[in-house]
Amino acid sequence: MNTAIALWLSQDAVMNGAIYALLALGLIVVYTVTRVILVPQGEFISYAALSLATLQAGAVPGTVYLLIIAGVSVALVDTIALVRRSPNRGAASATSPRNDASGAIARILFWNVLVPLLVAAAAWWSASRRDLLVLQVLVTIAIVTPMGPMLYRLAFQPLANASILVLLIVAVAVHYMMTGLGLVFFGGEGLRSQMFPGLTFQLGILSITGQSIAVVITAVVLILVLAVLFGRTLYGKALRATAINRIGARLVGISAEFSGRLAFTLAALIGAVSGILISPITTIYYDTGFLISLKGFVGAIIGGMTSYPAAAIGAVMVAFLESFSSFWASAFKESIVFTLIIPVLLWRSLTAQRIEEDEEP
Amino acid sequence: MKLLLTVAFALLSACGASAQEITIGLTMGATGPGASLGIHYKNAFQLMPKTIAGSPVKFIIYEDKTDATEAAKNARKLISEDKVDAVMGSVSVPSTTQIAQIATELKTPLLALSPVALSPDKLEWVFVVPQPTPLMMGAVVEHMKAHGIKTVGYIGFSDSWGDLVLAATEKEGGPAGIQIVTNERYGRADTSVTGQVLKVLAANPDAIVVGGSGTGGALPHVAFVERGYKKQIYHNHGTVNREFIKVGGKAVEGAIAPTGPLIVPEDLPDDNPIKPVALDFTKRYEQTFGEGSRNAFAGYSYDAFLLLNAAVPAALQKAKPGTPEFRQALRDALENVHNVVGTHGIYSMSPKDHSGLDSRARVLVHVDNGTWRLLK
Repeated sequence: MNTAIALWLSQDAVMNGAIYALLALGLIVVYTVTRVILVPQGEFISYAALSLATLQAGAVPGTVYLLIIAGVSVALVDTIALVRRSPNRGAASATSPRNDASGAIARILFWNVLVPLLVAAAAWWSASRRDLLVLQVLVTIAIVTPMGPMLYRLAFQPLANASILVLLIVAVAVHYMMTGLGLVFFGGEGLRSQMFPGLTFQLGILSITGQSIAVVITAVVLILVLAVLFGRTLYGKALRATAINRIGARLVGISAEFSGRLAFTLAALIGAVSGILISPITTIYYDTGFLISLKGFVGAIIGGMTSYPAAAIGAVMVAFLESFSSFWASAFKESIVFTLIIPVLLWRSLTAQRIEEDEEP
Repeated sequence: MKLLLTVAFALLSACGASAQEITIGLTMGATGPGASLGIHYKNAFQLMPKTIAGSPVKFIIYEDKTDATEAAKNARKLISEDKVDAVMGSVSVPSTTQIAQIATELKTPLLALSPVALSPDKLEWVFVVPQPTPLMMGAVVEHMKAHGIKTVGYIGFSDSWGDLVLAATEKEGGPAGIQIVTNERYGRADTSVTGQVLKVLAANPDAIVVGGSGTGGALPHVAFVERGYKKQIYHNHGTVNREFIKVGGKAVEGAIAPTGPLIVPEDLPDDNPIKPVALDFTKRYEQTFGEGSRNAFAGYSYDAFLLLNAAVPAALQKAKPGTPEFRQALRDALENVHNVVGTHGIYSMSPKDHSGLDSRARVLVHVDNGTWRLLK
């Protein structure tokens, strides 16, 4: 190994590390707010990458239909819940309850049926326009991101008070379901989307593509936006409050359901952006996302599933380890990366204070 | 009375039919990591004839999710519960190896649709349809020899396929004085192969062999080209499909790979006996599954059927389908098929050779203007 190779490997590691860090953040947001270990995070990556590649190939991706079906299901579930709840509500509220209910139903239909249909129309329209790369990227984000809150509403909200283990099992089930659907939508072979047109410039011996700069800048910007969101905005503070103490947050009027939806929206958005960023760099398969998010997960574990900065550092560490072990011992690369989790867990379990889950009903 | 007669006649003929009906079991992984190949293997069964040597044929198809344990379970179920006369499968080397052991144990002929990692003396009941990997990589080595290549950098999947291609290249290349200077591994789902590519390039080989399959072969190829590698990059027969070119784009132009004749039947000379069989199959396959969907894997399924088709008449003379005697007779007949023209090659089995293919079963193809063409 010489300096040039070390530099190239580091360049690669920084780019992958940025993606892993993003994913680690998404996992932590969801875990701290809802206690769900978001195993299907990786599917958002695959769905986004493959939807974009399909759009670029001039076809409407199958994820569009999934979005519509999920939206209609959410609308149904929400409406039924509303109708069941309304007699009590109606008695309590003095101002015309019927108007209230119909307004709520209209809102449900707007977000879960009309918006997906509009996204589908946009997908259909943009599929035939290959020159509008930015538009296709936006459509892809619009397809994948709403799946986050819909997933939460359908799979996790009814179980909001279940134990972490139950939530994990449901998350694994959702992961398998989404992987299977991915195979149906996109087939078994991998796809690659077009490189974003950009510059390649020379920095010493390193040739840096516009794509890799875009990855790192997007990741850094997203992390900063998340930091501002959590530190400065009301919504972010609500998420933080729910993460710290769910019951306390509810007592001061923060809806756990709303926080959950917001956390899942963020996770899906992060997954979608990650998928779009890496899709021109590598070949993505219907089941690739899982492995990528697993590396983000190792980063999140290093951060103890709670600390954002530690998770980001952990994720970059994973990427460096991966990159250098692929040079020295490529056959054992994955083993080396995932073995890292053992000393970290040992160290964590020796130092961290154990929090009894049963304390929180 | 007339009605009764009709019913009786129908019943009788039904009994007669079922007595002669031949049942073939398939376990295939059309989901899981092998899905990209398994889907094609399975598709071919939509094009299979309804009869085999005049007897009606029934296919029982189970899914094994590219999981060797699941494949073994399916094979056992097919043989002991469904009483199939022959088994076919599966998509990956570990799965097929498991099935082969069970087929041998339960004395049922197996048409292996992928290579098997067993020594030839354990293949008494197993007939391997795909070309042996050394046969295929032999074609690559011949091309290397003709172009004065002395050192080869190897990068392949970190699974049994990567091992097989490396072993075959070493076996064929060794006597030809070709030295393999690197053995790098990567995963299909890896996001980057920078480390491996740098290691191979540091050894500065005369040529590179990629031991991947399908679109998985494109990732290292593109990375080598991006790093400015200008010499020849070879692939193996697992890589030859249109998706590889779609994913690799301009970077994979000029890639050379061995494959069966059915990928390029149009380019074959008219006196090649494989041409009409391969042409007919690719035409029917593309009619059903779309232009350009031709691939080697569906051809293996079809060739397995053609082998059975050739062996069944002899077996039917000795015993009735559904009996152990028939399975034994079918195995013996399969071992003696001679000059069966398939889509991939011409099969002539013998007790010593349960693959039965020779160099007519391989061609070299290269990526020429975005399609696989015969290398002349």
